[in-house]
Amino acid sequence: MVFKNTIAWYYFSSPKNFYPLAGRLIPWFWGLAVILLVIGLYMSFFVAPTDYKQGEAYRIIFIHVPAAWMSMFIYLVMACYAAIGMAWKVRLADMMATALAPTGAMFTFLALWTGAFWGKPTWGTYWVWDARLTSELILLFLYIGFISLQSAIEDPRRAARASGLLAIVGVINLPIIYYSVKWWNTLHQGASVSPTMAPKMASIMLNTMLIMSIAFWMYTIAVVLMRARRIVLERERQAGWVVELLGGKKQDASRET
Amino acid sequence: MVEEDSLKQQSLLAAWWSMVMRDLTLAMRRRADVLTTLFFFLIVVSLFPLGVSPEMNILRGIAPGVIWVAALLASMLSLGRLFSDDYQDGTLEQMLLLPQPLSVMVLGKVLAHWLVSGVPLVLLAPLLGIQMGLDSSAIGLLMLTLLLGTPVLSLIGSVGAALTLGVRGGGVLVSLLVLPLYIPVLIFGTGAVDAGTSGMDFEGHLSLLGAFLVLAALLTPLATAAALRISVE
Repeated sequence: MVFKNTIAWYYFSSPKNFYPLAGRLIPWFWGLAVILLVIGLYMSFFVAPTDYKQGEAYRIIFIHVPAAWMSMFIYLVMACYAAIGMAWKVRLADMMATALAPTGAMFTFLALWTGAFWGKPTWGTYWVWDARLTSELILLFLYIGFISLQSAIEDPRRAARASGLLAIVGVINLPIIYYSVKWWNTLHQGASVSPTMAPKMASIMLNTMLIMSIAFWMYTIAVVLMRARRIVLERERQAGWVVELLGGKKQDASRET
Repeated sequence: MVEEDSLKQQSLLAAWWSMVMRDLTLAMRRRADVLTTLFFFLIVVSLFPLGVSPEMNILRGIAPGVIWVAALLASMLSLGRLFSDDYQDGTLEQMLLLPQPLSVMVLGKVLAHWLVSGVPLVLLAPLLGIQMGLDSSAIGLLMLTLLLGTPVLSLIGSVGAALTLGVRGGGVLVSLLVLPLYIPVLIFGTGAVDAGTSGMDFEGHLSLLGAFLVLAALLTPLATAAALRISVE
């Protein structure tokens, strides 16, 4: 069984075999994402109780916290793909890293934005130089660096490998940056303002948050697979199977170069 | 066998040393480049009293941060020189073909780069410190943090410089890649001076800066070597 699985991994790491598999999986992930998002949003707006201290405004955390989790986790996954792509020269892993970056940046931005909206009624200000906010902002910079390096280099193979190396360097630096910012923050200002929630969170809130996180996951997988399929077509346009797949469109594809 | 090993080591050291001397010689022949960065450092810091306030109390408070940020920018600006000339005239390709490990050669280049662009910043810092109203103990601490921190900047920057070799808009791009990674150095560099002036213990900050230096000296040459191979192939 294990042996068979290994074979399947190798089999689907070839862009040619990945392309149809991803095409078949995408509707399922979209379906799951929509269903879970509807359930999660219903629970966060109508089922979860009003917080006795923060009122209704706290409900934004059902988007904010999962988005923040996703933003960090996607960077890690991206760096893993980049490392796999670099160590074993798997083209598909490089493409997955490329495909993950915009979604990760989007979630980072979403986490910052919803955080600001939550901060205004709760702390009375849109922005504080809190350790978590600051490190989230730096994470956004790292994503932007990755994306801009990728788009600045013409040759797609070099772009993938260079930005992959940057992602690996970034992931080694992330804990250092996080703890530096945390220490800087505790030195400069007391922990008077801190986004930690009451330790005893109602289990309904936790469940809602978990459902929303899984919904975000499903969305991420669906979108990333879609993007990866496009990237496969773009980078493999010289391959026989792509030319066959696109039929007579070969001229169009070659004109874009 | 033992003789052969020691011979190899000698040749590695000799190659490393000649790399350092070569880069220093080249830099000395083009002094204008070095001076431009220095004047940039000087001008950026001088803008702050004009922009914020000439009040010495305010300046004293922001001085470590301002001088450090200016040092960050100045060292980032000089990164362009690190590999681009060698890349354009083909020397870099020869470097990749050397029998000696590329990461060691990179370390030599970064050392030379730091001697030319980092050390002058350290030496110029007291002048700016006086301008900003820092007292002598704070200036000493500032120089010490810059001495420990600027090599880290050169080391981290070398990765960015190698990744953006020959890329259009590389100069601006490198700032996007490198500045977020400079943040820990900035935090502990200014933190030490702030702690020192407010009478708190600053040894922790200096130890951490030293730790960053050791870590960066170990890891970044490997990353830079990998980046150079990606960029040149």
